[in-house]
Amino acid sequence: MLLITCPWCGPRDETEYHYGGQAHVPYPGNPADLTDEQWAEYVFYRDNPKGPFAERWMHSIGCRRWFNVLRDTATHEVLTSYRLDEPRPELPQAGGNR
Amino acid sequence: MAELTEVGPVHLRRTPLAHLKEQMRAATVTGPRGVTLTEWPFITMVNLRVDPASEAADRIEKALGAPLPRQCGHTSTSGPHTLVWLGPDEWLVLSQAEETAVAVELREALAGAPGSAVDVSANRTTLELGGPAARQVLEKGCPLDLHPRAFGPGRAVSTTVGPVAAVLWQVDDTPTYRLLPRSSFADYLARWLIDAMSEYRGPEVP
Repeated sequence: MLLITCPWCGPRDETEYHYGGQAHVPYPGNPADLTDEQWAEYVFYRDNPKGPFAERWMHSIGCRRWFNVLRDTATHEVLTSYRLDEPRPELPQAGGNR
Repeated sequence: MAELTEVGPVHLRRTPLAHLKEQMRAATVTGPRGVTLTEWPFITMVNLRVDPASEAADRIEKALGAPLPRQCGHTSTSGPHTLVWLGPDEWLVLSQAEETAVAVELREALAGAPGSAVDVSANRTTLELGGPAARQVLEKGCPLDLHPRAFGPGRAVSTTVGPVAAVLWQVDDTPTYRLLPRSSFADYLARWLIDAMSEYRGPEVP
């Protein structure tokens, strides 16, 4: 069981949250100009790093807000959590960024 | 042909737990490990969304006579109204006043500013769990720290009790808690609590 800190509600059990996949995947600036390959890249392809990974979580049973979490995929350690309007905290060896 | 009833719809409504009233009463435990479970029917609930930094929020605070809680777990009370923090721009107004009146009053205070005030009285029902053993009953299925050092009267959070999502609100030091599950989950939660309470009828197992 992960103990995730919601930026608004504080530490709560993982069961109160929903997972939202990789964070910081921006919608294409000019979607009409994309090739099929680029669309596939945007829609389906996600990083799969071993180590710190930025991902989106939603506190569905609490305040129902989306926020980002930096989690180590090897140890499941939740390194930090931050709001969507905050920049990704700098961590040494942090992977999974676009 | 359908017959028109003399009484209005208010008199025809049924609470989500009307069918469990007897079972909840029978589950009462008295004594030093006592715990009781009752339903508080038809409490007015209005879901309020507004930017807490806006002028509309000031007008709403004035209309309700209580400040909007700005932090998770906090509540504020004024007369018949209690405001529960649900999110950074979302509150649940619990009230003994008439439901349409509260929603209309809040909408007038909003005065077209971005936000909403919606009557959600039928969305949830209210279960009251009280008695010396009430905290132990909840601790069987609530992941939150309910010890007095972390939680106390006037605190309310949305969390899970058993597998059911509910707003958990502590009213006093007895301790008395009010649980606000969605109406369709209320039957399950009440049965879950009745089962959890049955242990305290017997002597404590060391």
